[in-house]
Amino acid sequence: MLRFIARRLMGAIPTMLIIIIMAFFLMRMAKGGPFDQERKLPPEIERNILAAYDLDKPLFQQFIDVNGFVCTAFLTGNHDPAAAAARGLTYDGTKYVNDKGRQFRCLGGYLGKLLGGDLGPSYKYKDFTVAELIADGAPVSALLGISAMLLATVIGLTLGTIAALRQNRASDFSIMTIAMIGITVPSFVMAPILTLILGVNLGWLPVGGWNEGALQNMILPVISLSLTQIAVISRLTRGSMIEVLRSNYVRTARAKGLPEFQVITRHAMRAAILPLISYLGPATAGIVTGSLVIEQIFNLPGIGKYFINGALQRDYTLVMGVVILYASLVIMLNLVADVLYGLLDPKIRYD
Amino acid sequence: MAVVQPVSEFQGRSLWQDARRRLFANKAAVISMIVLALIATMSIVMPFVWQHNFDDAYFDRISCPPPDYLGMTGLFGNQAEMCPTAVGQGHIFGTDANGRDLFIRVMMGGRVSLAIGFVATFVALMIGVLYGATAGFIGGRVDNLMMRFVDILYALPFIFFVIILVVVFGNNFLLMFVAIGAVEWLTMARIVRGQTLSIKRKEFIEAAEASGVSTMNIIRRHILPNVLGPVIVYVTLTVPAVILTESFLSFLGLGVQEPFTSWGVLIADGKDQMESYPWMLIFPAVFMAITLFCFNFIGDGLRDALDPRDR
Repeated sequence: MLRFIARRLMGAIPTMLIIIIMAFFLMRMAKGGPFDQERKLPPEIERNILAAYDLDKPLFQQFIDVNGFVCTAFLTGNHDPAAAAARGLTYDGTKYVNDKGRQFRCLGGYLGKLLGGDLGPSYKYKDFTVAELIADGAPVSALLGISAMLLATVIGLTLGTIAALRQNRASDFSIMTIAMIGITVPSFVMAPILTLILGVNLGWLPVGGWNEGALQNMILPVISLSLTQIAVISRLTRGSMIEVLRSNYVRTARAKGLPEFQVITRHAMRAAILPLISYLGPATAGIVTGSLVIEQIFNLPGIGKYFINGALQRDYTLVMGVVILYASLVIMLNLVADVLYGLLDPKIRYD
Repeated sequence: MAVVQPVSEFQGRSLWQDARRRLFANKAAVISMIVLALIATMSIVMPFVWQHNFDDAYFDRISCPPPDYLGMTGLFGNQAEMCPTAVGQGHIFGTDANGRDLFIRVMMGGRVSLAIGFVATFVALMIGVLYGATAGFIGGRVDNLMMRFVDILYALPFIFFVIILVVVFGNNFLLMFVAIGAVEWLTMARIVRGQTLSIKRKEFIEAAEASGVSTMNIIRRHILPNVLGPVIVYVTLTVPAVILTESFLSFLGLGVQEPFTSWGVLIADGKDQMESYPWMLIFPAVFMAITLFCFNFIGDGLRDALDPRDR
């Protein structure tokens, strides 16, 4: 099992690399840069701004920039001032800088800094690094996403099981019709309608804002975010539950006189839950996608808002940071799903 | 010389005839097909024959409710009171915040949304089928490599790339087709590969190989027709997914641009006006929901028809 996890983590490295490369070069292909303004800046000022963010270098060097001299110096620990001066550099005890105060790294460029754990500064939110912005939005998005996921799992499992137990009866049809509506009506239609009824007309809940994560502010966003997932999960559960209920061991459990509730929870549920676990990865992706819209509608200070604004304003580093964060999240949860699958289904062996 | 008589009395039924019979026995699927055909025809024809153009703005009829033909005055407000100039002008869905006829805009939006749905699905179909069939048929190391690549792409949070693509290349109509299609081909490739793997061991493929048919022709003439079933099912489920993605992008302001419109754009606009002018949200939302409903029912029906095991 450990070997399997290790191998999968190794496999995630090229995936992440491709994601980073694609996102980086795609963003740079866009017309317009982060510092374009209505009024053109004087060329020398513009040049200085671009230089401050390394945007004046060739594109590939912006991505990764290996400086052989600096690398050798750091690796050998032999900092020769004369050799550095010949290259126009000075060593100040921790880093190499040139006469304009520009730092030269062994591994430079976006990827180089990223390997050192540095997501870079935001171009638009001045005075903030991307890491700070993400740390600022992450608690909101995480709380929202996790609550929506839990709600969707609990309600989806319950509804799906009820539908399976009452297969082809009125309650089954009504649950599946509601599930179909949940899949076909997008969350950005559902959310305003819920807001209109519960927030505006009845005035029970606030229509937007975060309010430091107060419970009544969470209710509408979490419900809107989980509706689609409730629908999908209840459909999945119904399908697998119907199959499991026909199996021999469930008949045996019933035959030996177990109460129906125990047959369902102790025997059937365990097998019926398997397809749900492999849905964990896509579900996370769905919640992440949905949160982009939900955060916009309810005006919540989460990561999704930063991403949309960042993409529209060419805030390269911010967009990259969010993409990297969400990609690693999806990859991790896919791995967790596979591991859980192996633990719950004894037929599967990883080695 | 013996003449081989064709046995005409016992006409066999092909897989497709069987499937068609089962599909037409499915009421939900048949009704869905009729409704969908109706919506599609209306979207195509109405812009030519309707009395208003989709970009005609009447400044004396801004945000007019629809006429009271359903007894919904309570919900929408009274047209004669709020907009005397709009009475009798055929604004059966009311007008939008720029005084444009909402009915024709919903029809135009349908045109665009359906077009994006079909074209992007077609792109996905082409890439996915070719890729999957090639990987499955060649097998071995090539298959491994090609599928690893699909796995990698699968792990991407794709909506981010679509958003980046749209931002990068601007709101280009054609590009949106390609961007969404390029996202949706992955599942298609997986399905086709799985099917191909199981089919290529069958005897008739061996026979074709033995008689010297080229690889490309075996894929085209023997493998593709046999993987068609699951592919058709997946296509009917991809179209609504694409329409949803498009509306999602439009909602974020990254979709079709004014004065053109799509259901997503109309819904996004309607959502802002919802409190005072609910019809601007309700009509496009209902049309889109019905369309997605229909596609899903047709998809389910096709699955049952082509794969009777699951019934």
